[in-house]
Amino acid sequence: MIPLTREQVPATADVVLVGAGINGLATAYELAQLGMKNIVVLEKTYIGSGSTGRCGGGIRQQWTTEENIRLAQESVRMYENMSAELGYQVFFRQGGYLMVTENENDLPALRDAVALQQRCDVPTDFLQPQECLEIVPDLDISRIKGATFCPRDGTAYPFAVVWGYARACHRKGVKIYIGTTVTDLKTTEGRITAVETDRGTIQTPLVVNCAGPWARSLAAGIGVELPNRQERHEIMVSESLKPFLDPMVISISNGIYFSQSMRGEIVGGIGDSDEPRLPGPSRFKTHSGMRFAVRFAQALLSYYPRAAEVRMMRQWAGMYDVTPDHRPILGGVDGLDGYFHSCGFSGHGFMLGPMTGKRMARFITTGRRDEIIESLSLERFSRGDIQADAFVVG
Amino acid sequence: MSHPKTFLCRCEDVTLEEFREAYGEGFSELESLKRYTGVGTGFCQGKGCMSEAAAELARLRGIEPGQIRLTTIRPPAEPLTFGQLAALDEPIFHAAQEEEE
Repeated sequence: MIPLTREQVPATADVVLVGAGINGLATAYELAQLGMKNIVVLEKTYIGSGSTGRCGGGIRQQWTTEENIRLAQESVRMYENMSAELGYQVFFRQGGYLMVTENENDLPALRDAVALQQRCDVPTDFLQPQECLEIVPDLDISRIKGATFCPRDGTAYPFAVVWGYARACHRKGVKIYIGTTVTDLKTTEGRITAVETDRGTIQTPLVVNCAGPWARSLAAGIGVELPNRQERHEIMVSESLKPFLDPMVISISNGIYFSQSMRGEIVGGIGDSDEPRLPGPSRFKTHSGMRFAVRFAQALLSYYPRAAEVRMMRQWAGMYDVTPDHRPILGGVDGLDGYFHSCGFSGHGFMLGPMTGKRMARFITTGRRDEIIESLSLERFSRGDIQADAFVVG
Repeated sequence: MSHPKTFLCRCEDVTLEEFREAYGEGFSELESLKRYTGVGTGFCQGKGCMSEAAAELARLRGIEPGQIRLTTIRPPAEPLTFGQLAALDEPIFHAAQEEEE
């Protein structure tokens, strides 16, 4: 049972998390695990209604920056045990990620990435086109010049993950309010004092901004300027088929990704460089377009011609919360006590969320230095310490 | 429509009983009920069941059916094969306007 309430919010809390997606819920759960009490999660629509519930559910460790690799690797270890830990089936399946390119010029970067991942103990290998057929037998390899494969990457059902976290949160006494919109954050003399919502005001010394694409406007209200841009991305699901596809297949050449869910559907999307990056409007357009459906179908059939007779059931869209270097923004802000953010995941919050939640919770409760949070702090942009991750697909 | 084994969603074989159990699990709006039970995710994409699901949810919550927010309608209107879609020239119009609040 997940008792989600639409009641008046409590007058006080020890910590308030804004957003009931993977980051808000995982962080709330980990805070409770560390013994924190009076934890409140506020969600303006329903659990997972933002970017988490719209994502493809992929979890990969194949990145080009060490922070992303390590966060994803630690998250994979958590996903491996998540159904047991949360007491909830999250449908995690490790079919691996097959990352292909059609461009010879990408091969050195792929080999470098494999070397970096192997140094981090991620078991990725470089594959010749022919070797891809051992992983996806009907793949059309005619244009593929090389690939990388990590068998420990995988997928999970995003809604089951947030429902599992919500249930576990409830068992720990965390209160989750849905249909509750945060209207303002309040500060006095450089510290957080309250969260105002459309169902009342909560006095609290701690706020964690886990609002995904809404994080930027929430932070702006208290003078914290985030460089995040919001980008619409589309995705679709097919009819259910017998199991035929083990890994997630992604192409760094045309930005397609597709995998098979445990319900048997092909789930996939494709990036579109024509999509505008918006500076945080208060209302997002998440319409679906024919342009996406046609581009996705053409790209899918170029790699997997056997799917020509498979029917697409429905398509939808969600927002990426994109930072200048495609890496999340974690930690706090100097001169503003009690404010933390965990946002800017750039389309990869679902795969990094379990571990960023754990690290953020430890950081918030102990104040202990965390080198990954430090290197992913908002300050990195003013320090000019920017190291972009090259493997953003979808 | 009151027998617990009555099929609410015939495409995905979701019974009234399963729908009510999901409500009992804490899922109190249609978007989550759709994702938890599968109601409305089959070949008809909810055309045959979503209004009845909304009416049942209204009964469970003790409110009027008109107060239940329906799920977002997703394209295509009828399932299309990837072969059919790939054969289209890439169109530039957008369909199914949906705005996030």
